[in-house]
Amino acid sequence: MAGRIVALIVAGLVFGPLALVALRAEGWGLDWPALRFTVTQAALSALASVLLAIPVARALARRRFPGRGALIALLGAPFLLPVIVAVLGLLAIFGRTGLLNRTLGTDLSIYGLHGVVLAHVFFNMPLAVRLILQGWQGIPAERFRLAQSLGFAPRDIARHLERPMLREVLPGALTVIFVICLASFAVALTLGGGPAATTVELAIYQALRFEFDLGRAASLSALQFAICAAAVLLASRVALPSGFGAGLDRQVAFGPAGWRRVADASTLLAATLFVALPLLMVAQRGLPGVASLPMGVWAAAGRSLVVALASTALTVAAALALALARRRWAELAATLPLAASSLVLGTGLFLAIHPFAAPERLALPVTMLVNAVLALPFAYRILAPAAARIEADYGRLADSLAMQGWARLRWLILPRLAQPLGFAAGVSAALSMGDLGVIALFAGQGGATLPLMVQQLMGAYRMEQAGAAALLLVVLSFGLFWSFDAWGRRAAT
Amino acid sequence: MRHLILALLPCAANAETLTVMTYDSFVSEWGPGPAIEAAFEAECGCDLRFIAPGDGAALLARLKLEGARTEADVVLGLDTNLMAEAKRTGLFAPHGQTPALDLPVAWADDTFLPFDWGWFAFVHRTDLTPPTSFEELAASDLRVVIQDPRSSTPGLGLVMWVKAAYGERAAGIWDGLSDNILTVTPGWSEAYGLFTEGEADMVLSYSTSPAYHLIAERDATKAAAIFTEGHYLQVEVAAKLANASPLADRFMEFMLTPAFQAAIPETNWMYPAAGPDPFGDLPKPGKTLTFTPDEAASLRANAIAEWQAALSR
Repeated sequence: MAGRIVALIVAGLVFGPLALVALRAEGWGLDWPALRFTVTQAALSALASVLLAIPVARALARRRFPGRGALIALLGAPFLLPVIVAVLGLLAIFGRTGLLNRTLGTDLSIYGLHGVVLAHVFFNMPLAVRLILQGWQGIPAERFRLAQSLGFAPRDIARHLERPMLREVLPGALTVIFVICLASFAVALTLGGGPAATTVELAIYQALRFEFDLGRAASLSALQFAICAAAVLLASRVALPSGFGAGLDRQVAFGPAGWRRVADASTLLAATLFVALPLLMVAQRGLPGVASLPMGVWAAAGRSLVVALASTALTVAAALALALARRRWAELAATLPLAASSLVLGTGLFLAIHPFAAPERLALPVTMLVNAVLALPFAYRILAPAAARIEADYGRLADSLAMQGWARLRWLILPRLAQPLGFAAGVSAALSMGDLGVIALFAGQGGATLPLMVQQLMGAYRMEQAGAAALLLVVLSFGLFWSFDAWGRRAAT
Repeated sequence: MRHLILALLPCAANAETLTVMTYDSFVSEWGPGPAIEAAFEAECGCDLRFIAPGDGAALLARLKLEGARTEADVVLGLDTNLMAEAKRTGLFAPHGQTPALDLPVAWADDTFLPFDWGWFAFVHRTDLTPPTSFEELAASDLRVVIQDPRSSTPGLGLVMWVKAAYGERAAGIWDGLSDNILTVTPGWSEAYGLFTEGEADMVLSYSTSPAYHLIAERDATKAAAIFTEGHYLQVEVAAKLANASPLADRFMEFMLTPAFQAAIPETNWMYPAAGPDPFGDLPKPGKTLTFTPDEAASLRANAIAEWQAALSR
């Protein structure tokens, strides 16, 4: 019931603004080359991110080493970076005058489709690792013990345990990343090297900003939704439940020795370097300016924290309601916001609010709500598989005990969901800190959030202070993420 | 309790309010907004309120969304490339002034008044010898970063610049430039960030950009390349809405007084529209290129298409 209400609210928030924009339309229009490029880069980015994430997730699942927890947390970081900050970090490594070209004495160019995919992999591969790692941890330890006592070689384990799990987890991970990359705009244009890398989102931006062609914006946005819906439906057809049955809720490390140990170690080292080096560059750029940050930046940081915490509460509650509904409509409702163009969303909400109130007075509540909706797909994706597993494993037992409603939530679901809940809350909070999709349309004088502040500093030539404010943003986002995630992992043990 | 709440309300709540819609970097802590607000409020005894819905291009879009219901009395920050389209909305009223202006071109528009202006230019580090024309740039192996004309005002300015300098030959010039263009960014700040990080040799910005580095950072290593074809002019303008409060006329007058104009150079880093040249030492182009607002409006789509075709190859 709660799930159904949440799904309706989300659908209303996502489609309502689109409808309002469409109502003001005077014509329709599409952009085929942009559509082709958008789908190609999104598909390649999703495939590359997920394929590279599998060995990393497997190594993390079957090895125990000092710093493992820190590494898993670090994997959350790229995803939280403001786009332009991440792009500058990547360019410091892979750019024309970046570390790579300087060390090797080469003149490799990052600009082009490969650069777009590289950046999207940097953003999304870590997310894929976390999603797939959850799948690995979902295989009951008893199954691995049984496999070991039957003398299974790693090949047999892969065939009987890992592949069925991947068949369940990968379609969802691919879909999320595909849909995230669909709406990419600044990364695709900046690293794509020119107008050949025009995405649908850029076309929407142009239609809304320069041409004021609401019809074109609405139809392009509807097209994004259609592609997103198709991807979700396709993925839920391909995905098969792995059906491992219940275990005793414990995890086990089952790493085979020999060359596989070396392979796992090198995989983890490569992934760490790939994620950490651009982050180090961001830190190095930002540190010198932190001391001289103007007061306004700290005030904006405070506002961002409040917005983030409030929208996290909304997101996690909504995601939990949808995850416990365990229906295809719930999954669709929870994925749709990914394809929502934040610009269309903002414009539609503006059309809805403007007749009744001054939009800048509602800037923070609107930002809070929109951030909550935009973070919902991630929170849902994290909670849904775990919720499904709990119901499959313990649902009948709970039913036979007539454990329903609050008692079921309190004694069955929440304790077992603590880890994914913490992770989901962390991701939502950090995403909400970093997002500026809508605030820019509503912001008046003062009342800016931290990401908007970074943008304003850059716009005023203050690149060093912008770097410092961006570092502050990353540290705060990561701090929020870390606290929620650590809470979840502690509560789970 | 109620007294406490009343005491906390801004005391200007009873005074008349003037609402000015402008771009966000104008009202930020580092823009001219705060100084101008204080100066005008002191002069008129009223409350000046800014609303800032995004960058320059967003202003017109926002105004069209709001139509005649807009709360704004004055819109400040459109430029010559958007003027014709803004006028067509029919939302604006004539300013009725005959101001003395210091612009490199004559100004006769009866609706829009300029408040600052600048020339678009490529900014480079002084350790390289800059090209002196688009053709020299095309023949060099320098890598420049520019902005997308479909999402950014300077990006549109560059496309109009090439069109104004080369007319029919513009498409050919873009062909020649395509291998010098490292990448295209959605907005000015991403491009400028790439340049200051050392990723590009030159960036499309303004001839006054080096003044920021000179004055605010005491850094003399940035300069603007002067092109023999001449430089395209950007004039930033303001206009009052047809149903504006009477304070709007006072603000439009105030806009060209020293109290407003003196805030411009070291916050917006542009030339003030009325007043002495604050950047006397900076090199200036020998020739100013410009289109009338109507020409700019009719050439825009075609100029962007030429740019897109040449760079998509």
